[in-house]
Amino acid sequence: MITKRIIPCLDVKDGRVVKGVNFKGLRDVASPVELAKYYSSAGADELVFYDITASAEGRSLFADILTETAKSVFIPLTVGGGINTTDDFDRVLKCGADKVSVNSGAIRDPGLVERAAKIYGDQCVVLSVDIKRVGGSFHVFAKGGREDTGLDAIEWIKRGVDHGAGELVINSMDTDGVKNGFDLELLDLVCSCVSVPVIASGGAGCMEDFITLFQTLPKVDAGLAASVFHFGEIEIPELKRKMADAGIPARLNH
Amino acid sequence: MVGIVDYGVGNLFSLTSSFAAIGSEVVVSSDADILRTADRLILPGVGAFRDAKAKLSESGLDKFVKEEIGKGKPLLGICLGMQMLFDKSFEYGEYEGLGLIPGNIVPMEGKIRKDLKIPHIGWNPLFFKKQSKLFKYIREGDCTYFVHSYYADTCPDYVTSVAEYDIEVTASVERGNVFGCQFHPEKSGEVGLLILKAFLEI
Repeated sequence: MITKRIIPCLDVKDGRVVKGVNFKGLRDVASPVELAKYYSSAGADELVFYDITASAEGRSLFADILTETAKSVFIPLTVGGGINTTDDFDRVLKCGADKVSVNSGAIRDPGLVERAAKIYGDQCVVLSVDIKRVGGSFHVFAKGGREDTGLDAIEWIKRGVDHGAGELVINSMDTDGVKNGFDLELLDLVCSCVSVPVIASGGAGCMEDFITLFQTLPKVDAGLAASVFHFGEIEIPELKRKMADAGIPARLNH
Repeated sequence: MVGIVDYGVGNLFSLTSSFAAIGSEVVVSSDADILRTADRLILPGVGAFRDAKAKLSESGLDKFVKEEIGKGKPLLGICLGMQMLFDKSFEYGEYEGLGLIPGNIVPMEGKIRKDLKIPHIGWNPLFFKKQSKLFKYIREGDCTYFVHSYYADTCPDYVTSVAEYDIEVTASVERGNVFGCQFHPEKSGEVGLLILKAFLEI
């Protein structure tokens, strides 16, 4: 039985992790490489590096830290942020990324997912979608959630999967930052429409939120979060044990 | 020294790094003369069977691999590299493999419950079927990372471990000095590195 994945997400700016972190035994809390090693040894099943740098210099620093991480962390690495062309895919895959996550880039250029999937394979292309309720429906937001595209989220997701997106990150802007649990209504709807792995994002506040997610929606494959892991509010080894105790398949021995 | 057979498919960064991490010398090459100096070989691979097999044959490395195996050199095929060790693949047609292990590569679609997703992506525990030199440092139930849509439907004599995904999915095989794993040891954390370490000691 395949296990449910727990995925910490690291926001990186100019080669440094942005959100404050404080772990015992970590010499440099803002070093993406150190933090990635820490999470890998704690039992994270995958890592997402999100590059929020705008400058070319920041991009080059990001490439350096990605390369450095991939040399010492041997779990799947997904990279997102600033992915607008297949050249961007190439740039991060060469540094050791396993999957590439596209969001605004796919909205600007709807052919990007299909072109990337043809070159690198479906398993490499992750479609990340920021979704918010507008009126009675779910809309896709662009530019880090600042702009309502007016696109219907379910239509957008189905189209992305048809074009070769191998996995989906479903980020609910309605539950993000609230720490009151994942957006089960939205995730249920997405899972009923697609057959690729779904990664839930936005809303995790405590371990129970992950348990509820996987028990209520067995079709969800993974839970992604940032600050609850970075601030030590949720310790991954303990979360994994609780999942296993609740009968949720989890990778304990690593 | 480990020789990674580079026939132009896939990204060999993680694989190279993982051997470096366990302290092994590693050479990545498409040149048979260079690879011949290695005392063991890795046959990697991602993508579609047909393209990968065609590239391996065009480079002449298919013959080289068979020669080296004939001399008793240990070889580990990984993911598509494992699939190429078999007789045939039925991925988008019917294509000849290297014929080093009896069996065929067949789609999971139609064989597994409809509610299960394809590709089979993620961490899945290994169930041992036979002893294998690759398991020297790992335990049954340890998880490894899989990404694939086709699997080896093979002669059970050579299957050393399986993963459960409605059916028993061939996870690793062994026949003499020929080894294969469907999962990615270079992406399977500590467990994966321990499998590679065991391969280095064969």
